[in-house]
Amino acid sequence: MDAALEPALAQQAGGERAIRARFRVDYAGFTLDVDLTLPGHGVTALFGHSGSGKTTCLRCVAGLERAQHGRLEINGELWQDTASGVFLPTHKRPLGYVFQEASLFPHLSVRRNLEYGMRRAGALEDRQAWEQAMELLGIGHLLERMPDRLSGGERQRVGIARALLTRPRLLLMDEPLAALDLKRKSEILPYLERLHDELDIPVLYVSHSPDEVARLADHVVLLDQGKVVARGPLVDTLARLDLPTAFTEDAGVVIESVVAEHDDGYHLTRLDFPGGNVMVARRPEALGRKLRFRVHARDVSLAVARLEGSTITNLLPVLVTDVADADTPAHVLVRLDAEGTPLLARITRRSADQLRVGVGRRMWAQIKTVALLG
Amino acid sequence: MRLPLSRLLAGLGAGFLACAAHAADVQIAVAANFTAPIKEIAAEFEKDTGHKVIASFGPTGGFYTQIKNGAPFEVFFAADDTTPEKLEKEGDTVAGSRWTYAVGKLVLWSATPGYVDDKGEVLKKNEFKHLSIGNPKTAPYGLAGIQAMEKLGLAEAIKPKLVEGSNITQAYQFVATGNAELGFVALSQVYKDGKITGGSAWIVPAELYEPIKQDAVILSKGKDNPAAKALADYLKGPKAIAVIKAYGYDL
Amino acid sequence: MPLTGLDLSAIWLTLELATLTTVLLLLIGTPISWWLARTRSRLKGPVGAVVALPLVLPPTVIGFYLLVTMGPNGPIGHVTQSLGLGVLPFTFAGLVVGSVFYSMPFVVQPLQNAFEAIGDRPLEVAATLRASPWDRFFTVVLPLARPGFITATVLGFAHTVGEFGVVLMIGGNIPDKTRTVSVQIFDHVEAMEYAQAHWLAGGMVVFSFFVLLALYSSRRFKPALG
Repeated sequence: MDAALEPALAQQAGGERAIRARFRVDYAGFTLDVDLTLPGHGVTALFGHSGSGKTTCLRCVAGLERAQHGRLEINGELWQDTASGVFLPTHKRPLGYVFQEASLFPHLSVRRNLEYGMRRAGALEDRQAWEQAMELLGIGHLLERMPDRLSGGERQRVGIARALLTRPRLLLMDEPLAALDLKRKSEILPYLERLHDELDIPVLYVSHSPDEVARLADHVVLLDQGKVVARGPLVDTLARLDLPTAFTEDAGVVIESVVAEHDDGYHLTRLDFPGGNVMVARRPEALGRKLRFRVHARDVSLAVARLEGSTITNLLPVLVTDVADADTPAHVLVRLDAEGTPLLARITRRSADQLRVGVGRRMWAQIKTVALLG
Repeated sequence: MRLPLSRLLAGLGAGFLACAAHAADVQIAVAANFTAPIKEIAAEFEKDTGHKVIASFGPTGGFYTQIKNGAPFEVFFAADDTTPEKLEKEGDTVAGSRWTYAVGKLVLWSATPGYVDDKGEVLKKNEFKHLSIGNPKTAPYGLAGIQAMEKLGLAEAIKPKLVEGSNITQAYQFVATGNAELGFVALSQVYKDGKITGGSAWIVPAELYEPIKQDAVILSKGKDNPAAKALADYLKGPKAIAVIKAYGYDL
Repeated sequence: MPLTGLDLSAIWLTLELATLTTVLLLLIGTPISWWLARTRSRLKGPVGAVVALPLVLPPTVIGFYLLVTMGPNGPIGHVTQSLGLGVLPFTFAGLVVGSVFYSMPFVVQPLQNAFEAIGDRPLEVAATLRASPWDRFFTVVLPLARPGFITATVLGFAHTVGEFGVVLMIGGNIPDKTRTVSVQIFDHVEAMEYAQAHWLAGGMVVFSFFVLLALYSSRRFKPALG
């Protein structure tokens, strides 16, 4: 078991909170072979390119795909074990599934769509869950409409509410934003973030978008060609250098920060994190709020000394912990440690040689831009 | 040697006409019950005269409708005498060409040997479930069957057990497949070379039903076809009559 | 009154036959169509072909084989006799059996198309919402396949009304039992009762036209799953 996952797998009253999944599925030309232990709470992203097997993996968890060899245990309950012949059919698994296209029943109104799952889960009388879903996803005004009268984003929000209202003990989401255009995506992302903050059930979230993963996930599993190539807490996993090239083009780290200070004179906000701080344009969030941001490796440069008289403000003292090949021969990826916070820098091989960038060297990192998430 | 093209074509045409005068085609419509004998007779006729017979087989009522609507038949062998008479009155035939080519005999027949006795007592016992018969409205043998049962005073008792074929061929089929235990059919259907071909039968006495006269007539379309006249004459000759009798018809 | 009592009883009998046949076909045809739409079995081809046979075979072939197989010496005849039902030719039940077989493709094919158009996704969605297989069939498949059911019902009914050859060959033309409108028309034509034939035949033309008109103008194309 990953040391990083230890806290996540802490024993809870009533059983172990963890998802243990082992699947082997063989198709012509494709094999999914995974063996995973995932935390039993928070959002875990199954991340990879198309054809990596992430959706197949999710369908195996749901029982929609029957793995030839598999064992699945969700927080202490056995859902599948080919060795002992256990296979719980999908409709007996207490899960919620959000499909890429919302897949609402076209012959039922929004209300009847929502009630379809609630009735079968024995949750029809749960007014509190109903109110919470209405409020969380903002769909109260859509109830009497038919699905073909909804926008793509509205449909997806109803689809999510429909899954949540079945009182799932596990929520599975298969690229719920992939079928939406940019505008719809940004309309629905805040709802997903609220889910992340307010749900206390584990969520498996399939995505091929680094931004979505960075915004929503606590843990990440990287899949490539049916195999797990990396997994662990989001921040650590994204900062690893040993990932396949496919993942380094867009390399970067995610940093969890706290809103520490507003400077209304200059319209700036200071975000603190272990190992330093950055100044960004004024944020609306209150002091003390948590805020994630993403730093692309290509937006980080290195200097041997602290530059004076520069316009660059965001300078951090760092220690070089690793140097590796990047996605092109002209570049290298440098892994840095800013007093506990990992950072990645993508610099030219020439600069690395000239500045003698090597493991153990203390340098200054300049962060040119940060992408604030949320 | 060079022949003008027009003379060549004229010569060829004259040749064809000469041939046609000697050996012609004749299209005939034949009632279904007379299928087997006419095939045999036609083969002999073709051998003896060089003419060629093109025969269609079917229900008499159907042929009437087709003839009225321009069907190309030249001689019509009906299963009754009323239909040719009607055509004659309506002016669709060659005047004076109508004659009775066969008189049908009615038989009560079963595919099961020994089921029908030679006195027809089986009708009085009335222990069967289905008695098959041609549609009396359209099939002369069906009408004859009804007349026979009426004369015997059994019509009312048997009526609920009647199943109708649309023609005499279908009535035969119901019996042959065993779906009806017995039925009134044409003797010609179950008779060959002087005896019943299978099962058991009672040849219904002629006094129990009106004679089933089957008339033939040369139609207007065959007016100028020598083969039509030749075939009509042939049917009246001894060779054809022998065949007709061998199939169980009277004359 | 242009129509006789016999004509009216033939009309009534025909409607009875078509109604009963259609109900039976929906009951039998639905599972067959569902299986044909979903199976990956190698039997799919042969079973589909058998169901479609009446589309290409002349009614005389079907009628002849029904007469032989349902007769006292045929395999179906043996079964019905051992069950104490007697033999089926010349009975209303026999006509129903023949019609069910003869009209089967007109019910199965629209249903199979409708089921295939639904696809896997709605069923998977329903499964994740805790619906059991039967539940999924009744609450998702049936409503989504409704246009297919309407088409199947109309075609099955209309085709049975219009059936002639099979009825002629196994019915025996018994009034109130096996004499349907199409046979009655045939009798009128054979007996040269053209006026009566016209009334019935014209009625059939008008009936068929309005059935098809209703079908074509009610056919709406449902949007795919939202």
